[in-house]
Amino acid sequence: MAALEKIVIANRGEIALRILRACHSMGIKTVAVHSTVDRNLKHVAMADESVCIGPAPARESYLNIPAIIAATEVTDAVAIHPGYGFLAENADFAERVEKSGFIFIGPRPETIRLMGDKVSAIKAMQEAGVPCVPGSDGPLPADAKECLEIGRRVGYPVIIKASAGGGGRGMRVVHTEAHLSNALQLTRQEAHSTFGDATVYLEKYLENPRHIEIQVMADQHGNAVHFGERDCSTQRRHQKVIEEAPAPGISQQQRDEIGAVCVEACLRIAYRGAGTFEFLYDNGRFYFIEMNTRIQVEHPVTERITGADLVREQILVAVGEKLSYRQQDIQFRGHAIECRINAEDPDSFMPSPGLIQGFHAPGGPGIRMDSHIYDGYRVPPNYDSMIAKVISHGQDRDMAIARMRVALDEIVLNGIKTNIPLHKWLLRDPGFLRGGFNIHYLEKRLVEKARAV
Amino acid sequence: MDIRKVKKLIELLEESNLTELEIVEGEESVRLSRSSNFAAPQQLPQAVTPAPAAAAPAMPVSMAPAAAAEPTVEEESVPEGEILRSPMVGTFYSAPSPDADPFVALGQKVSEGETLCIIEAMKMFNQIEAEVSGTVVAILAETGQPVEFDQPLFVIR
Repeated sequence: MAALEKIVIANRGEIALRILRACHSMGIKTVAVHSTVDRNLKHVAMADESVCIGPAPARESYLNIPAIIAATEVTDAVAIHPGYGFLAENADFAERVEKSGFIFIGPRPETIRLMGDKVSAIKAMQEAGVPCVPGSDGPLPADAKECLEIGRRVGYPVIIKASAGGGGRGMRVVHTEAHLSNALQLTRQEAHSTFGDATVYLEKYLENPRHIEIQVMADQHGNAVHFGERDCSTQRRHQKVIEEAPAPGISQQQRDEIGAVCVEACLRIAYRGAGTFEFLYDNGRFYFIEMNTRIQVEHPVTERITGADLVREQILVAVGEKLSYRQQDIQFRGHAIECRINAEDPDSFMPSPGLIQGFHAPGGPGIRMDSHIYDGYRVPPNYDSMIAKVISHGQDRDMAIARMRVALDEIVLNGIKTNIPLHKWLLRDPGFLRGGFNIHYLEKRLVEKARAV
Repeated sequence: MDIRKVKKLIELLEESNLTELEIVEGEESVRLSRSSNFAAPQQLPQAVTPAPAAAAPAMPVSMAPAAAAEPTVEEESVPEGEILRSPMVGTFYSAPSPDADPFVALGQKVSEGETLCIIEAMKMFNQIEAEVSGTVVAILAETGQPVEFDQPLFVIR
């Protein structure tokens, strides 16, 4: 790996550690950039060099583009890996990194821009032959009457989405025409204040949708492959709680078909690196909703069933290597489940930062834990509450679930509250055990659980 | 207390990453404490494991565990005064240009707002100014050295 001697890891927590592990296993030196409160992060201690880039607030540290680029300069690093969240899907950042002469480990800035704007993303996907949710096919006009027309055409219920939003933010469901204009106003206002862009669009609101996404990887030589799907339907307030691969009930033929469509779209838009096409799956059909132009939190479940190392592949692609995989090389073995462990109250979901006093990780066949925490680590209050991912793998879904239960029983994590009890409850829930439930299932069960008390 | 015992305790303290060690034996007690050192934040940490439990000696001890999770590479004692910390990431330069004299020298009196150094990042040169008036009692960075956010640069008293 002559071309890539040193990489800046522009992130924190478990993903920063994941990137460090990939780099060190490839003989690549690492620079950990971190905020003042993150000096004690595990990956900072393990990195070859570290640079404090700012105070705790993300805006002044992990989102601080000049500080990150300056850190890359002073350490003579060659590339920057943005992880997920923070600047990972910031096209301006990607552009400035490249203009400064560094490699951005991810897609080209234009692609990030194209997919970051949800309206243009849908248009590009439609042109590429990817099935999309029926909707306004573009931004909603200012004219209220035209919007009513569109609502009638698509058919209620509908969902209004911010074009500059994504990841579950900036959305509002409208059940009847009477509520449309109010909802439009509100969503536009929110979009403007949150994302700086009031553009909204409209889609049919699917009643029984599952969230199924396809992992892709493309190199700079015209090759692209898919690594199958993940089912991320276990969500609360649009945040994923449990993910699994493969998606229960999806046939190999369906996988091949939708996978091929995604690969084709990648080639069309000259995609580079790792990406995920997110779909709503309803009544046997896939409907594209958005594309994530980064490595995702739940990438380990795909890694477990395919044996791939997706972060390593991202780095190889970024330096111009050809893909390590051809489509026919990618096999799917068994079933994998990932539980996101958050530092939060399992009932109220209030964040629970603090000192971890007593930590023991689970182990054994089929168990992987991706986490930066250690005994004596203090979870800071400044960042998102996910502190660990436990991934189980087994020859089938039942085995993966059984192993996950054991793993969650084994974990010792004292001093802070976590959502481990929630996971344990879910892994015994009959609906979860049957599989194939939709994205509203968890919230519905939580309401029922609260009422039963 | 036996001087040999005390010597042994001193060795124990030095070999560990404890900052304080107190032994109580009946009526007698000994307390050993490392000199309080200001540790310059590192740019190059070693691989670190969180503070391990020190091997317990035979007598009852109360130990204060090491304050920081990371052992320091250099333990410089820094004089008292206002520490000026770097507000950004970049390269520290003590003078306005390679041939010029440094902005300030040790012992020099400076006023609030006076330029003490330059930090360069992305081809832009930022003048770093004194936040207080006083005498420069320590210069903690060398010209050409990369500095990180919050890194102590000067001490002014």
